[in-house]
Amino acid sequence: MADLKYPEDLKYAESDEWIRVDGDTATIGISDYAQEALNDLVYVEFKEVGETLAQGEAFGEVESVKAASEVYLPVAGEITAVNSDLEGDPETVNGDPYGAGWMIKIKITDSSNLANLMDATAYKEYCDNR
Amino acid sequence: MVSIEKPQEQALEPLIYDISVAGRIGVNLPNCDVPESELPDGLVRDELNLPEVSELQVVRHFLKLSQLNHAIDKGFYPLGSCTMKYNPKVNEDMARLAGYASLHPSVDDESAQGSLALMYQLQEWLAEISGFEATSLAPAAGAQGEFAGILMIRKYHLERGDTQRTTILVPNSSHGTNPATVSMAGFKALELPSDAKGNVDVEALQKVCDEQGDTIAGMMITVPSTLGLFEEPILEVIDIVHKVGGLMYMDGANMNALMGIVKPGEVGFDVMHYNLHKTFSTPHGGGGPGSGPVGVNDKLKPYLPGPIVDIIEEETDEEPPLYGLVMPEKSIGRLKAFHGNFGMHIRAYAYIRAYGGSGLRDVTRHAVLNANYIRAQLMDTYKVPYPRYCGHEFVLEGHFDDVDDIHALDISKRLMDYGIHPPTNYFPLIVPEALLIEPTETEGKEELDNFIDVMKKIAAEARSNPELLKNAPHVAPTRRLDEKKAAKDLILCCSPALPAAGD
Repeated sequence: MADLKYPEDLKYAESDEWIRVDGDTATIGISDYAQEALNDLVYVEFKEVGETLAQGEAFGEVESVKAASEVYLPVAGEITAVNSDLEGDPETVNGDPYGAGWMIKIKITDSSNLANLMDATAYKEYCDNR
Repeated sequence: MVSIEKPQEQALEPLIYDISVAGRIGVNLPNCDVPESELPDGLVRDELNLPEVSELQVVRHFLKLSQLNHAIDKGFYPLGSCTMKYNPKVNEDMARLAGYASLHPSVDDESAQGSLALMYQLQEWLAEISGFEATSLAPAAGAQGEFAGILMIRKYHLERGDTQRTTILVPNSSHGTNPATVSMAGFKALELPSDAKGNVDVEALQKVCDEQGDTIAGMMITVPSTLGLFEEPILEVIDIVHKVGGLMYMDGANMNALMGIVKPGEVGFDVMHYNLHKTFSTPHGGGGPGSGPVGVNDKLKPYLPGPIVDIIEEETDEEPPLYGLVMPEKSIGRLKAFHGNFGMHIRAYAYIRAYGGSGLRDVTRHAVLNANYIRAQLMDTYKVPYPRYCGHEFVLEGHFDDVDDIHALDISKRLMDYGIHPPTNYFPLIVPEALLIEPTETEGKEELDNFIDVMKKIAAEARSNPELLKNAPHVAPTRRLDEKKAAKDLILCCSPALPAAGD
């Protein structure tokens, strides 16, 4: 797992989602570590645009050849877009977890939640130690 | 030197539709000896696409398919959490006794006394083994037993007007069915972390109970856990949950490590399910169906799923007792038609009678000994994440620090080349590259030693020739399957249109 990427401009949750903040909106996906651990994704499903969720609430689920798991919202927000391209091609997440493999976009409703997240260095250390 | 032409690569067995020949028959029906009557027009089909094959073709076809398969009757099957123990053949004989096998499920109770007596005795034995007050044989499988257990907990709280209890706690090592059961029964699952020793994190549990104790309906926990580890703080866990008014559910999937040693009912659990198809050797994994009886204490006894068998008239000097089917007073109701999977009750009954109390304790001891033997022998070759005594199964990590890109799946596939069924992989989820190994008590030392040798050989191959693992299996009936495609493209190729008769 030496080659995993941890982009500096993102924040990370302990449950392995990343968030790219842009003003009061943000893009969310799962980390390189998470996609590697899950292996080839075969199915994704997300909640609908317009739903407002709290920090830590599940915004969808992903299924791989190894496991099915929920994905959690790193900060509270309202879903403004979901990446519908992933429905047909969930393995895009494996190939490009931080780019084309993004999952949802949200309007942040509580930016104080960002303080609970890790930066790239802390997240890398967290991953290296499990 | 005589050269022998190598046979062509073994073709997999064709589909039965592919060997069908129009007009060929496998059965001669006798002439009808009652007046024929026409079916209503709307129910009559013009075409029915069935394979047309002889009896011998059918026999050969299915025999070949069975030979492509792996089974406990064919080889070692250390599939953790599934308890793939040998299914003694005498159980099959008992289940086929005409008095049981030919009994119509709608027959009146008076005419089914033998079968009801068997069910009653099995209920009593399962209550004795688990330390519970009463049991119901109704659930058709483990997951349905879980569902029944959680519905009982739900009804218990609701009847007391305790309606704000909407959360059930589950450790992160739990079987996937546990949170699924919780959701199906209308509760919210709250996951608890495990501590460094693999036990449920008692501090986290205490914190949740302190903060939201009055919302907790109960907790589902597997003992030993899916890591194969006895939950050391279990008494404390039960106490914490009980103190805030929650009930304790024990997932009994791993009873093969407790039977005759620990009685969950006496430890303080309120309800549990058995898997007769694991602990009590009834067939599963395609040979089922399963059976998931539930045991309960006094609190939940009135809510048991029904029907259960009870004594309607006590025995006298002249007459045996009269058994009957009854619905418990506040029963959560029926889970399936009739009386559960009765054929499995017969097999489990035969198994328990054959072993007796001390024999069942020996089953547990040998199951635990066998798992610990393998664990101890493989500890230096593979990483064992929780280095302590295990129950009837244990987890190791299927990867190596000094070899890149070898995964649990590669080791599993390579095991098939040695005639061994792969262990459960990638479960429990909290162990990276998990291989969950459960030898069961029915394997002798030679078989265990062979498995240990093979696992060591594979670890050596991973270093000397990793491609051997990456491309495995090499000698199984099929090479490595495309799991991604299998999960994504759910298209079966079967039942092609047959040529019309006479073509």
